[in-house]
Amino acid sequence: MEWETVIGLEIHAQLATRSKIFSGSATAYGAPPNTQANLVDLGYPGVLPVLNGAAVRMAVKFGLAIGAEIAPVSVFARKNYFYPDLPKGYQISQYELPVVARGALSIVLEDGSEKRIGITRAHLEEDAGKSLHEGLARYSGIDLNRAGTPLLEIVSEPDLRSAREAIAYMKKVHTLVRYLEICDGNMQEGSFRCDANVSVRPRGQGSFGTRAEIKNLNSFRFVEKAIHHEVARQIDLIEGGGRVVQETRLYDPDRDETRSMRTKEEANDYRYFPDPDLLPLELSPALIAEVRSELPELPDQKAARFASQYALSAYDAGVLTASRELGDYFEAVAKGCPGEPKLAANWVMGELSAALNRDGLEIGASRLSAPQLSGLLHRIADGTISGKIAKEVFEAMWSSGRDADAIIAEKGLKQITDSGVIERAIDEVMARNPGQLADYRAGKDKLFGFFVGQVMKATQGKANPAQLNELLKRKLSGG
Amino acid sequence: MADTSLDAAQIGAIAHLARLDLRPAEVPVYQDSLSRILSLVGELERADTGGVTPMAHPLSGSVQRLREDHVTERDHHERYQLNAPRVEAALYLVPKVIE
Amino acid sequence: MSIHTKTLAELALGLRNKEFSSVELTRALLARIEAAQPTLNALVSITQDGAFAQAAAADREIASGRGSTLTGVPILHKDLFCTEGVRTTCGSRMLDNFIAPYDATVVAKLKAAGTVMLGKTNMDEFAMGSSNETSFYGPVRNPWNVELVPGGSSGGSAAAVAARLAPAATATDTGGSIRQPAALCGVTGFKPTYGRVSRYGMIAFASSLDQGGVICASAEDAAIVLRAMAGFDPRDSTSVDRPVPDYVAALQMPLSGLKIGLLKEFFDAGLDAQNERRIREALALYERLGARLQEVSLPNLPLSVPAYYVVAPAECSSNLARFDGVRFGYRCEQPRDLTDLYRRSRGEGFGAEVKRRIMTGTYVLSAGYYDAYYLKAQKVRRLIADDFDRAFAQVDVLMGPTTPTAAFELGSKTADPITMYLNDIYTIGANLAGLPAVSVPCGFAGNLPVGLQIIGPHFAEERLLNAAHGYQRETDWHSRVPPGWD
Repeated sequence: MEWETVIGLEIHAQLATRSKIFSGSATAYGAPPNTQANLVDLGYPGVLPVLNGAAVRMAVKFGLAIGAEIAPVSVFARKNYFYPDLPKGYQISQYELPVVARGALSIVLEDGSEKRIGITRAHLEEDAGKSLHEGLARYSGIDLNRAGTPLLEIVSEPDLRSAREAIAYMKKVHTLVRYLEICDGNMQEGSFRCDANVSVRPRGQGSFGTRAEIKNLNSFRFVEKAIHHEVARQIDLIEGGGRVVQETRLYDPDRDETRSMRTKEEANDYRYFPDPDLLPLELSPALIAEVRSELPELPDQKAARFASQYALSAYDAGVLTASRELGDYFEAVAKGCPGEPKLAANWVMGELSAALNRDGLEIGASRLSAPQLSGLLHRIADGTISGKIAKEVFEAMWSSGRDADAIIAEKGLKQITDSGVIERAIDEVMARNPGQLADYRAGKDKLFGFFVGQVMKATQGKANPAQLNELLKRKLSGG
Repeated sequence: MADTSLDAAQIGAIAHLARLDLRPAEVPVYQDSLSRILSLVGELERADTGGVTPMAHPLSGSVQRLREDHVTERDHHERYQLNAPRVEAALYLVPKVIE
Repeated sequence: MSIHTKTLAELALGLRNKEFSSVELTRALLARIEAAQPTLNALVSITQDGAFAQAAAADREIASGRGSTLTGVPILHKDLFCTEGVRTTCGSRMLDNFIAPYDATVVAKLKAAGTVMLGKTNMDEFAMGSSNETSFYGPVRNPWNVELVPGGSSGGSAAAVAARLAPAATATDTGGSIRQPAALCGVTGFKPTYGRVSRYGMIAFASSLDQGGVICASAEDAAIVLRAMAGFDPRDSTSVDRPVPDYVAALQMPLSGLKIGLLKEFFDAGLDAQNERRIREALALYERLGARLQEVSLPNLPLSVPAYYVVAPAECSSNLARFDGVRFGYRCEQPRDLTDLYRRSRGEGFGAEVKRRIMTGTYVLSAGYYDAYYLKAQKVRRLIADDFDRAFAQVDVLMGPTTPTAAFELGSKTADPITMYLNDIYTIGANLAGLPAVSVPCGFAGNLPVGLQIIGPHFAEERLLNAAHGYQRETDWHSRVPPGWD
């Protein structure tokens, strides 16, 4: 039996407003418990919600970026259920009329092919608080600081067919919301959360299988592992004669398995109805046009521009535009070293990214500024240093923060381009290694590398490689 | 909607959805009164509402106002928590929730 | 004339002219309140200390020549309005221990206008009721006959004003809860247009129907208080941003030419014969004053009670979900687990009528029933609102009875909830359509007051107050005080 996986993702992005969606409380992360929860957030008797305009604009921005229609009228609805982190006993969300209707995002798969993933809708809602269980024997402690933070819930069509596609889609959305500056994408702090709806069906079957919803996925890795595990579980279950139950499952990263959730409502009847405390949200064409004019260059647009303007491959352009900051950095480097876009791309994707990863830094905290990196690349391009030496210089720049030229001068790393000097070095090496010379002339071509290495050693790596190659070849063959 | 009477199981289900504890003696009482109310409400059936837009707010044409994105609140949790039945380390305590 | 039988307008003038001080007035009324409590049970909390402090401050304002109309005037607040530092119970065990940490906007505005709060009035639990018999603190009694109900849910406010314990009391109206008790107690009760008065701090029953208003002895008094209560509030998204007219200035316009619509559907078989006679006499007086009467029909109006008993319970079932024993209010003893905490706190904290409405609301919103009940009711609501719009294209105001009968005996309508609900049959329509409406006393059925209801189009408060005042200039029903309370 050949099985096909069907996945839909629901992403909750916390919008980066200063204050909450329905109250003037701060949204900053990490405050002591319940110090950012006012009467409205606490659901006190008599309080009422008032809508934050910035949250609305952020939602509109997202909708425009995915080519969706923005609803001219949308309605807030109450989703009713009891849970201690939900102070009013209902969540203010949107149900029948969300602010953003159907849109789509393209993802690029590993083989380079593009796939269009439909987005069913995106709507505004308020976040719940948190339950803390540590250190309290028979109790859970409720912190309502997070209650009322604005969320944009982004629902994909069930168009994803593998964990890889799901990750690519999730990363694309992650990149986009950060480009738009509507969400900081910090998954550890919970600003970007994902639930996955997973089902399987025999290949060729038109209808969908029963799906399970997997929650508590707060990293790309977890999403991938959870999907793999869940797909295997469902296939095993069906092949063993069982049936998949529609339920909510929690991913346990320690055990790498999904478990059925028990305490959330057994059969959820949310009894949605329009919130009578909020009036219909009307968005005028003027407001939408205003938000549209504030859109930055989007990731796809930037990638396409990089590919054509800097003659980069689609893949490279994609990597370099994974974040707005990285794209801006690359562009600054490329502009600082005109005529060498490929060099810039290689170094940003290579050495720089490796150093950032090693030290756990984001591009914004890079120890090398873009002009500094351009400066280094200049010295490669103009032949002052070789690519290999440049790596040494890079490391020195990274740890000291100093410019390329300063380090090159101080360490005397200028490349040797004087053919006379190189020739003399070659002559010395040939004289010191008569046996290898004889073997090479007898046909052992592989020894060429040995001689290259020896000359490099003799010149502290500073011999210009191209010149060295040419001269060595001539001399070894007796010329 | 002809039969608007509710049985005990339905009352139990509604009460649970609303998180209301009912004593056994109360169930038939609520069964009776809810059934009467639904009977009263059943009169709505005779209204011809084809093509009528539902009215969620009494003032048609009113639209939601937008607030500026400013932080206007300060921390008053000590005052607010004076009303709380059980608080420890500024957290509201409830019987342990197992997830 | 004793100080307590003066109208609010007269008291305000007396204070300004320094015929008496606010402290003296406060002392006198607090004494009446204390004396009346065992009989009427009109108050849940009496705020002596706060009252004297506010009265003293008001006297200082008046002495220095500052202050305005309401400075030093005593007032009561329905115990549904949050009052900072003062117990706010909504007539419920659920909030028996609740000290509000903030003032409702209405309370803050009236405080800023200089009023002196004497206490919080008793009410049907969470504003659900038409007789003030569902309060956790016991029923309120009608000062005209203490075996009878004062009406509800603002029974405490109406009884207190009728017994002249205070010149005015704030109240709220969701299906008639200002107008109906005002009618049964022989006082004037005004419900403004939806959105005219802020709902912030007014503990919610049914959000799209609730509106705050005032009960007092006359339209003139209501105009003074309403002028201070009304206004846009940025904290309430349903609050309307519209300037507040000087309601007092509008009172003096003559009534000739006023087109009065008589609601055919209100003069039905359910209307008591004596009540009807009083209403028709009042209408005849309006005609003599120059108004013109014509019959209008609102064919969908009979569906207002069924529509209301879907919408109001639905909204309240959601609004009352926040009462869960976690952050404030009643918590049951030794909850076994979370579900037990919720079920018993709410089961024990709420009374029967509240639970009944929560369950009704939960049911009509639940899966499979939403379209048939909730959506249908909202559509019928629009039909009713459209009916009113069409009527107001022909007439300036609508008039008719406020209630089908005069006050009834305590305990006489508690067996079948429907019997109780039908008390609101004439008042509910105005809530569904968000219209302003007032009840004024227009005579007696036997020894019991009868109320005349006047309904206007949106934001026609001036027109209503003017029509009520014009009638009260020619009659003295509104000045009658129950025997023993004068």
